[in-house]
Amino acid sequence: MNALELRNVSKRFGSILANSHVDLTVKKGEILAILGENGSGKTTLMNMISGIYHPDEGEIFVNGEPAVISSPRDAFGYKIGMIHQHFKLVDVFTATENIVLGINDGRRYNLKEATKRVGEIAEKYGFEIDPRKKVYAMSVSEKQTVEIVKVLYRGADILILDEPTAVLTPQETQKLFAVLRRMRDDGKSIIIITHKLHEVLSLSDRVSVLRRGEYIGTVCTAETDEAALTEMMVGKKILLNIERTTPHDTADRLMVRGLKLFDQDGRAVLDDIAFTAKSGEILGIAGIAGSGQRELLEAIAGLQHLSEGEIIYHNPKTDKEENLRDKTPTQIRELGVRLSFVPEDRLGMGLVGNMDIVDNMMLRSYKKGRSVFVDRQPPKELAEHIIESLEVVTPGVTTPVRRLSGGNVQKVLVGREIAAAPTVLMAAYPVRGLDINSSYIIYNLLNQQKENGVAVIFVGEDLDVLTELCDRIMVINSGRVTGIVDGRTATKEQLGLLMTKTEGGAAHEKA
Amino acid sequence: MGGWINFIQRAILQGTPLLFGSTGEILTEKSGNLNLGIPGIMYIGAISGVIGGFFYQSGTEYVNDFLAVLIPLLCCLFGSLLVSLLYCFLTVTLKANQNVTGLAITTFGVGFGNFFGGSLIKVVKSDVPYLALVDIAGAYKKTLPFAADMGDVGKLFFSYGFLVYLAVILAIAVSIFLKRTRAGLHLRAVGENPATADAAGINVTRYKYVATCIGGMIAGLGGLFYVMDYSNGIWSNNGFGDRGWLAIAIVIFATWKPIMAIFGSYLFGALYILFNYINVPMQVLPLIQMLPYVVTILVLIVVSIRKRRENQPPASLGLSYFREER
Amino acid sequence: MKKPEKHTREPLLYVCKRNNMSLKTGILVRAIAVFLALLVCAVVAKVLTGDNPLSIFATVGKGAFGTGRTLVTIHDVAILLCISLAVTPAFRMRFWNTGAEGQVLIGCLSTAVCMLVLGGKVADWLLILIMTAAAIVSGVIWGVIPAFFKAQWGTNETLFTLMMNYVAIQLIEYFLKIADKTGSNVVGPDLLRHGWFPNLFGVQYLLNIVIVVILTVLMFVYLKYSKHGYEISVVGGSENTARYIGINVKKVIVRTMALSGAVCGIAGLLLVGGSSHSIDSNLADGRGFTAIMVSWLAKFNPLMMVLTSLLLVFMARGADEVTSKFGLNSAFADILTGIILFFIIGCEFFINYEVHLNRRKKAAVAQEGEN
Repeated sequence: MNALELRNVSKRFGSILANSHVDLTVKKGEILAILGENGSGKTTLMNMISGIYHPDEGEIFVNGEPAVISSPRDAFGYKIGMIHQHFKLVDVFTATENIVLGINDGRRYNLKEATKRVGEIAEKYGFEIDPRKKVYAMSVSEKQTVEIVKVLYRGADILILDEPTAVLTPQETQKLFAVLRRMRDDGKSIIIITHKLHEVLSLSDRVSVLRRGEYIGTVCTAETDEAALTEMMVGKKILLNIERTTPHDTADRLMVRGLKLFDQDGRAVLDDIAFTAKSGEILGIAGIAGSGQRELLEAIAGLQHLSEGEIIYHNPKTDKEENLRDKTPTQIRELGVRLSFVPEDRLGMGLVGNMDIVDNMMLRSYKKGRSVFVDRQPPKELAEHIIESLEVVTPGVTTPVRRLSGGNVQKVLVGREIAAAPTVLMAAYPVRGLDINSSYIIYNLLNQQKENGVAVIFVGEDLDVLTELCDRIMVINSGRVTGIVDGRTATKEQLGLLMTKTEGGAAHEKA
Repeated sequence: MGGWINFIQRAILQGTPLLFGSTGEILTEKSGNLNLGIPGIMYIGAISGVIGGFFYQSGTEYVNDFLAVLIPLLCCLFGSLLVSLLYCFLTVTLKANQNVTGLAITTFGVGFGNFFGGSLIKVVKSDVPYLALVDIAGAYKKTLPFAADMGDVGKLFFSYGFLVYLAVILAIAVSIFLKRTRAGLHLRAVGENPATADAAGINVTRYKYVATCIGGMIAGLGGLFYVMDYSNGIWSNNGFGDRGWLAIAIVIFATWKPIMAIFGSYLFGALYILFNYINVPMQVLPLIQMLPYVVTILVLIVVSIRKRRENQPPASLGLSYFREER
Repeated sequence: MKKPEKHTREPLLYVCKRNNMSLKTGILVRAIAVFLALLVCAVVAKVLTGDNPLSIFATVGKGAFGTGRTLVTIHDVAILLCISLAVTPAFRMRFWNTGAEGQVLIGCLSTAVCMLVLGGKVADWLLILIMTAAAIVSGVIWGVIPAFFKAQWGTNETLFTLMMNYVAIQLIEYFLKIADKTGSNVVGPDLLRHGWFPNLFGVQYLLNIVIVVILTVLMFVYLKYSKHGYEISVVGGSENTARYIGINVKKVIVRTMALSGAVCGIAGLLLVGGSSHSIDSNLADGRGFTAIMVSWLAKFNPLMMVLTSLLLVFMARGADEVTSKFGLNSAFADILTGIILFFIIGCEFFINYEVHLNRRKKAAVAQEGEN
């Protein structure tokens, strides 16, 4: 009998179909891997099983019985527990306090007993956990352990883990896998979301593949290999017909060497990153989400404190070289470096949602001149120009940007950044959430910039786009460069392998 | 020696309204609600008790001690509950700004207290000359019978009305509740990280309502103590002064720990009356009264610089919780 | 109509953020709220005074704008408006300054100190200049201290500024004890004889009012058209975006609170030098707190604040009249103010959020979406 079965499940958000007619089965005592690229609908699917979303269509069966799961509580009722990518823990609580949070089993509240039970669970499956340690003092992997124990403590028989290894070192990953195998042998069903092929191959019993919201198929791990899975995951090449001109008069514009950046937990998010961005070409950056793309761009823009490395900018006008490391955005601008940056979270960074389009246009330019007052005329003209040339749909220039749709917000931001006449243009996922038409407008803009001799750095997630738009593609994985390939000859399979291989990623213990 | 005993006794009396107020506010803030309406709620608690006592006293020939305590007590709790509910409705259900709502409650509450304190007799067309609930105060101030026979020890420990002990008991009870009960754990989770609490199946709205209302009722008792015990049942407008804000200061001073609030309240109470016992020129008095606030500021600064996680305000303090639907 | 099954615990109503309410509807919602509030006020007044509601409102109107009262009312509005202007820049930055009361009082104090110490020793015009400088500087100090700690270590500014109020109050008490050996609670015009603001065109308070009008315009222009004002909006809107374009967030916080403190200091100057010519620790009379509400109700727009401060002063002065007419306690005004505030605070919800029937649940029950 299947522990969990999904039949014909669909979910849409507005006009976007996140999951389309997905069938899935999980047996008792097996590890099922769900494989797919970013945006393939893995997390949405799992959220429907754990009660965060409700499917628009289709049915869910638990142990053969039809189940209605409309809240995480209901999911627990069916003994389903999910470990999210973003931990839901209270920082000032101990491990045990977090584990028992929200449980109302009618028994007397007794932390000592709970601590003992936590110890028992830990021993049974081989976790290393200090039940009395406060969460804020924990490393990422310890926090993850708490999340897993939390689910087990509630007696879950079906565990869903959303990209659990994304935040772990290889050693920690091995430990986690050992634990998961023990749980499987104990009769639990485990669903693990991932896009790391070698993990799928070494851990899972079966693999289900999703691509762009659609269910592609399920195979037994023993009967497949990396190449077959990659093909299932990335699919056949789709021709997009993005124009790509041959770069001419290229010159080194931005030379990045040995960048090293640690996060709060002392983990390396950027590890010895080195590359050169040339004028007149588009350098693509490919990688699984969260591999360090955001931090890399922010570091170049002067928003991160690097612990090692240098960012050399070659000024085409003065022919001088400047090191941008440890400079603030203002200092970078004062050096005459015209750096434009389209961050991935547009309303969180880059734009101010409550301000209108004109005021958002002004962000880059308001400081110009000696006057104590801002001059809204030029930004207003710019706003009107962008609205017209990029076909921004808006009631007017005084509409707060938060009221615009995602694609229009993006056009406003990209339009502004290009209007600053940059010599380096960095764009992170500039077409995310955009329809086809808007996407092509953005591609054309990037190509124009390339023609004008700008060094364009394009962080993308769609491999078809990367291989058709970019001149060179740098692949990063866990903060390390795993390869820089020619965009004209690169294949999706080649990129997919570079994105998921880990032998490049050396172990980093907590600093 | 006698002087010292007297000093401590007075300090405890001064500290008791502060202890009620800070205990109530700690409970409230643990749910993430920064209730700046506490000063107003304490006024309302006091005047509600006075109104109840007034009607009881003017409606009866013989004042029964038990009823004389019970009726004002219930009225006080009821009045504080109503205004706390209003605060919750505005900030939790309607997600209004907590600072603005709290200040409005304080404006309203202080006005409500002073208005009825000053005009109750007029409004109900009574013929008594002024608002004095001496008999009822007598009931509130009843001490244990053997206290008088025990000399200094009796004076120090047993010479108070029951509300003084209740304040300490409540502070300890809240401390135990927060540390050792399931509901206390859930409440702290709500104040720290409502999204996590929500995901764990905790009813965030209910916890915020209940904690804020009970906290408000506890604070209201501070007002009741002040008028019935400390002021001998005689209401004077603005007599309660800025004690409500001092109670909020103690919450910070105690770094959100009720047991620390007991010491904080008595310490601040002692500073309040210190000038009577030391030989300083009158002029310096305000500077001494400034000390509690300066100390509070220093605590606030030190806590924020040291960043010890255990001493920080609840992480979601002052923010409304809104679960975003997708 | 629905079967009471196991999975219907979700509430029938759900709430989501509204992102487009027209200006007209917004004004209408607020107008309804004020109307309802006045209705409740009328009922309360009726219960307590027994007078009929219409005549109570007539009394309120007379109290605010009756013969000889208009000027005082306008002056009250001006002072409240001035303090509201002061707190606004910080609020636009989401810095919750609850310390305006103290910043005003410290301005009062330094003005009074100058009047007492230098009065008669320097020319009056010079004295007024010195008073102004002293009031502004002291207000700035009172505002910058919490701002510095907030910028540097994230110290909770609401609690910090709140405590600073009482430090200021006690400093004034200290001053009173020193300046007036008789032990009175007020240092009055008899001691503060110099440095009084001149009467403009022979009208008392007019200079104060003119100063506040100028300040209102300046503040409006500063917030809307200056680079500083723009930076404040960016920091308030998104700190990350502010960092992204290279705004020094810490600097903006400190600078803006310095401005807030300075304007509060000016309010203190106007109170002591321009109207009361006396000082006591209750001189600000809670206006520092009322100003927070005035500013918030006006959505932090200086021109709207003229209206909101007028509304609150109008009710307060009117209620004063009601209480004196019926021999009631003057705190009646606070009750009415409170009621109005509750309604306006509550109505913001309907401007910011929409309430829907729970479609998701309907969909779940009917097993179909509504695409």
